[in-house]
Amino acid sequence: MSLKRIFKLYKAMEMEDIILSFNGIVTADFLDSVLHLMETKMQTLDESSKRKKKVFNVLVECIQNLYHHIEDDLILKVKTKKETRNALIIVVKNEEGFLIQTGNYIERELALELEERLIKINSLDRVQLRDYYQNILINGSVSDKGTAGLGMIDIARKSGNKLEYEFLDIDENHCFFSLNVKID
Amino acid sequence: MSVMENILREGSAKTPAVNFDSASGVLELKGRSIPENSVEFYKPLNDWIDNYGVNPKDKTIVDIKLEYFNTSSSKCILDLFKKLESLKTKGAEVLVNWYFEEDDEDMEEAGEDYQAIIKLPFKMIEVEEI
Repeated sequence: MSLKRIFKLYKAMEMEDIILSFNGIVTADFLDSVLHLMETKMQTLDESSKRKKKVFNVLVECIQNLYHHIEDDLILKVKTKKETRNALIIVVKNEEGFLIQTGNYIERELALELEERLIKINSLDRVQLRDYYQNILINGSVSDKGTAGLGMIDIARKSGNKLEYEFLDIDENHCFFSLNVKID
Repeated sequence: MSVMENILREGSAKTPAVNFDSASGVLELKGRSIPENSVEFYKPLNDWIDNYGVNPKDKTIVDIKLEYFNTSSSKCILDLFKKLESLKTKGAEVLVNWYFEEDDEDMEEAGEDYQAIIKLPFKMIEVEEI
């Protein structure tokens, strides 16, 4: 990247009200660091503890989703020749509230499953979402990785808004998944 | 009767403080619970309740004072409550005190979710700070 591009990138991030961004491989250590960083950052913000907790909670769930679902064996190189285990995490704070945005490569098969779940989640209102959560909590099983299939439902419940997402086709086996969670 | 070992653990950035005391029958979880894989953390606690259930106190008080927890923990916490629920078959009384911070509807709802699933008396207690 040329030196001029650094300033451009800085201005672009400033324009978008980005208060935290990370692009790299999501490891357990990274998770610890980013949570610590975010906690410190949140302390300096003039926000209600209720909202801070919500943002932190959704961020934890988003990052742990990435951590669990970006498989170790998915180090396949896609068209971009970049590491597919990489993920992008962005936290935006603007006048309307907070946005937590993530982006990552995902295998097409998993993308289809995920999209189905997201369609279902977005079709439910607050009360239905709560019933759905309880249902999965009671009947779902925990995987070896400790995931319970509740992540996205919990994110939707805490956010209180519809989840915005997009799947971009990368190649025949991969998509790029973008997620936008609003907390107002 | 052999004396059971208690569980006394300090909280960490990702795990709650634990104080399970078999002599008093008071079981407390306090702090946050956001480990990547909660099964590892909760298994010893659930095993402890299994042992405790062999000869439980007449009255067991469960104090849940969680700031927040991730979905990986939520299933483990449900399992913990289920084990406590089964103490009733031994004629033991179990009471759950679910603490939540003022205005924290998310944690209040989380407590109500468990209350709807588990057949134990829940007392919802709003506090200024956990």
